[in-house]
Amino acid sequence: MATKASRSAARLMMAPAVVLLLGWMLVPLTMTLWFSFRNYLPLRGGDQGFAGFDNYVRFVTSSAFWPAVLATLFIVVGVLIITVVLGVLLALLLDQPMWGQGIVRILVIAPFFVMPTVSGLVWKNMFLDSVNGLFAHIWRFFGAQPVEWMIHQPFASIILIVSWQWLPFATLILLTAIQSLDSEQLEAAEMDGAPALKRFWFIIIPHLSRAITVVLLIQTIFLLSIFAEIFVTTAGAFGSKTLTYLIFQRVLESQNVGLGSAGGVYAIILANIVAIFLMRIVGKNLDA
Amino acid sequence: MARSVTSRRKSINTALAWGVGLIIFFPILWTILTSFKTEGDAIAYPPKFFFFDWTLENYAIVQERSNYMRYLWNSVIIAGGSTLLGVVIAVPAAWSMAFVPSKRTKDILMWMLSTKMLPAVGVLYPIYLMFIQLGLLDTRIGLVIVLMLINLPIIVWMLYTYFKEIPGEILEAARMDGATLKEEILYVLTPMAIPGIASTILLNIILAWNEAFWTLNLTAAKAGPLTAFIASYSSPEGLFYAKLSAASTMAIAPILILGWFSQKQLVRGLTFGAVK
Repeated sequence: MATKASRSAARLMMAPAVVLLLGWMLVPLTMTLWFSFRNYLPLRGGDQGFAGFDNYVRFVTSSAFWPAVLATLFIVVGVLIITVVLGVLLALLLDQPMWGQGIVRILVIAPFFVMPTVSGLVWKNMFLDSVNGLFAHIWRFFGAQPVEWMIHQPFASIILIVSWQWLPFATLILLTAIQSLDSEQLEAAEMDGAPALKRFWFIIIPHLSRAITVVLLIQTIFLLSIFAEIFVTTAGAFGSKTLTYLIFQRVLESQNVGLGSAGGVYAIILANIVAIFLMRIVGKNLDA
Repeated sequence: MARSVTSRRKSINTALAWGVGLIIFFPILWTILTSFKTEGDAIAYPPKFFFFDWTLENYAIVQERSNYMRYLWNSVIIAGGSTLLGVVIAVPAAWSMAFVPSKRTKDILMWMLSTKMLPAVGVLYPIYLMFIQLGLLDTRIGLVIVLMLINLPIIVWMLYTYFKEIPGEILEAARMDGATLKEEILYVLTPMAIPGIASTILLNIILAWNEAFWTLNLTAAKAGPLTAFIASYSSPEGLFYAKLSAASTMAIAPILILGWFSQKQLVRGLTFGAVK
């Protein structure tokens, strides 16, 4: 349908977006790659020459590396399990007929719109603080010793905060998926005497599997790079330093750019592995 | 799944859902309530829920102490500016991909999506360095550019999925009647595309408003938006719950309201059309 003129016009219209994104991707990426092979300490002598793979080796052999990998894994997996399990249950609940459905939906979605620095600080101070936090009040009410959450349970605390932020996202997507389920199928199963648990396991869960996969992949990409929630709560202390936070500290706080850039390259590779799976699903949908 | 149910079951559902909804919303409610308390009431045990002396003093103190209005203005400029700039660049691109698709359209879309997967921390130093050398550190224009670039893939994708829904026959009819490309875009396409563009703008303002990696790392006192303003409360200073709550309430209120309007777009925008 398109003429030759409109084809070249189309290319022209696409050009700004493509050129900008290409530059945004290639320039910093090339610089990171370049720095990762240099011995570059801006505050201590500047660029001191080629370092080969030293930075890559030092990054993974430093004592902070494995704890950071574990911390990242803990947080990402913890949040994924909590948000998907609760998200499925919540989506099922919200799909039921009830009074005031619209308002309940709004209440459930609201945390997603709270900026990360606010949720980090509000949870840290007003809920998890061991003296004046609400949790401490509750613990004392039951005669228990209040917990110093940020110090002794940094993972539980961060997982709680981040899950609270992402549960709405999972719920909303799973709810959208549930609403597209053909209710006749469920009714037929109900008539045939399939108990609720079986209907859930053999009809609803398979129907949701695609949406669950999408939630898992998208959240993984965002969760791998959570930053502000840690920045304002523990600042990486008490063993809560994730890979992202470790790289941030290497690059900006200790200004060891070579080492941090090598870490950055690892992070990019990791994110790309996840991204490939997500892209496949999105790509398939594009054809349909 | 609208099925007829007994009203008993409906009551149970309602009670359960409201209970869960209120628990999830509670931290926000608690923050808003605390912002109207005195610092003494804010840490009172047992906690005071509604029966305390309501006061507005915290809002005055927060504004006085750190010039809230300047941060708010920075947030508005950065979130609004990056979104509008992104839309101006993305509309032509999405338009051409939706209506003049070529063999490579899908590849280009997928590639744009892939730039979104790049972890920010991986390119932190290069961007930081460029900002220093171009004098962009702690400027609003610098953040407008960076946030525009990180959201551009989402903007293009959202617009693309909206434009795709506009029937191509209408455009062909306009072309048959002798409309030029410019007229076609201006008088035929634009009116039909406005709802999609509006939703895209809404969602991206929210994303840019809450962005807290680049805004924290690339700003200081001058161009810091509300995310940075709140982060300045991370070192505790005596009694500060009520002030923190007032600052937080002011930072999230505008976006909570916008957010409630954009529930539907959220799914489309953040799953790149993978869930409809």
